[in-house]
Amino acid sequence: MTVTQACIVGAYEHPTRKATDKSVAQLHAEVAKGALDDAGLSKADIDGYFCAGDAPGTGPLSMVDYLNLKVRYVDSTDIGGSSYLAHVGHAVQAIRAGKCSVALVTLAGRPRSEGQTAVGPRFLNPTQPDLAFEYPFGPTVVNMYAMCATRHMHEYGTTAEQLAWIKVAASQHAQYNPHAMLPQAVTVEQVLESPYVAAPLHRMDCCVISDGGGAVIVAHEEIARSLKRPVVRVIGHGEAIKGQLGGEVDLTYSAAVYSGPAAFAEAGIKPADVKYASIYDSFTITVLMQLEDLGFCPKGQGGRFVADGNLISGVGKLPFNTDGGGLCNNHPTNRGGMTKIIEAVRQLRGEAHPKVQVPNCDLALAHGTGGNLASRHGSATLVLERRS
Amino acid sequence: MRKIPSPFVNPETQAFWDAARQHRLMVPFCEDCGRTHWYPRAICPHCMSSKVELKPNAGTGRVYSFSIVPGADGYAMAYVQLDDGPTLLTNVIGEGHATLKIGQAVRVQFTPSEDGTPVPMFVVG
Repeated sequence: MTVTQACIVGAYEHPTRKATDKSVAQLHAEVAKGALDDAGLSKADIDGYFCAGDAPGTGPLSMVDYLNLKVRYVDSTDIGGSSYLAHVGHAVQAIRAGKCSVALVTLAGRPRSEGQTAVGPRFLNPTQPDLAFEYPFGPTVVNMYAMCATRHMHEYGTTAEQLAWIKVAASQHAQYNPHAMLPQAVTVEQVLESPYVAAPLHRMDCCVISDGGGAVIVAHEEIARSLKRPVVRVIGHGEAIKGQLGGEVDLTYSAAVYSGPAAFAEAGIKPADVKYASIYDSFTITVLMQLEDLGFCPKGQGGRFVADGNLISGVGKLPFNTDGGGLCNNHPTNRGGMTKIIEAVRQLRGEAHPKVQVPNCDLALAHGTGGNLASRHGSATLVLERRS
Repeated sequence: MRKIPSPFVNPETQAFWDAARQHRLMVPFCEDCGRTHWYPRAICPHCMSSKVELKPNAGTGRVYSFSIVPGADGYAMAYVQLDDGPTLLTNVIGEGHATLKIGQAVRVQFTPSEDGTPVPMFVVG
């Protein structure tokens, strides 16, 4: 029996980076409309809806009603910024099982308009079992990820200069993106001269805080082939969660060591086959650890791998985040997974900016980390292929 | 001086915080699998046994990792691995926090939070 295949048929990134004049529900609706228009589908075609914790109100209940959809499948899995990659994997399974045929995934929010910062605590829910043992000590996104960097430097000799190369590569790409929040190319020296937010992470080791959002539509391949867009098939998916291991904390690796191999095995490919990679870049250290954990280089050699422009399109061996990524372009509502999928789709369609488009890009990876790399995080990996 | 938020105490963790009020660091130990864990739970995260006992801990350990926030008054964010137990998310405070090194020896120092409940922080030495 032939396995049912599913494809990403629509992808849309909201151009806004500060949406003071819009509501969260409205942003979700705008990206839904954008993805439908991109696909050449209409609202009535949607029979599956996926969203995560950024959705307003009660998630699928609020948004399905707001959009006035008629769906037969919903999923509101929330594993932070990696949710949307997991949603695409779940949508493929639902389509294979005949539970839906056109699945809409939306992400949107306005943390910038609401004055959120990266150095304040988040997620204050008193039922969260770890909270009493962590919140008194002032954990923030940055000082927690910084501890991953401190340990990586200690274990493997990774340097601040090597981490800086990740930002340099992202900025090289961002200069061609008219929507990028930080479109200026920067140097290693500029990254190192930017002030510490939480040592050893400098300001330029950190992603932007932006409003906005994005959406993708996953559909049965028969539907994909009836549309006018290039066919981008989802050929591999993996997801995992890693926490503090009951107190046996190990900051040297992420849950990508599980989600990556699962996605590669399903796709029947190896990391060296990948022509373009979208890698979650909440911080430079996030990228470095994920590259190792996904198998693009051996553990501990991420620093050497990213140095000297190896991630720059047209220069290095592994072009990454050619939209400028979260470090320079956009990190809508502090959840960068959606934009990772969208840029991978652009690359596979040949629709990235000509200055950063990877030639003959027919195999791409998109990977996300959600939550907090130093305490508990989700991880989801997709392998995407352009089909003729 | 920064505000140290007070812990939310619930029935599962009441005994830990009662001991903390007497500046005693208790670490959960599983009678079935013989392993400690962190943060404290009623069910062992290694084997799911409910035979978990809080045992007094000497409160000495070593820095597993840390981060220093510029302008933050007098503390480093840290993971501390107890000499005979699990690794805790905590702060290293006092003299030496700004020149911390991985592997450095630290010992517990209970520090009052906003409502007076002491929370386990660490000092160098």
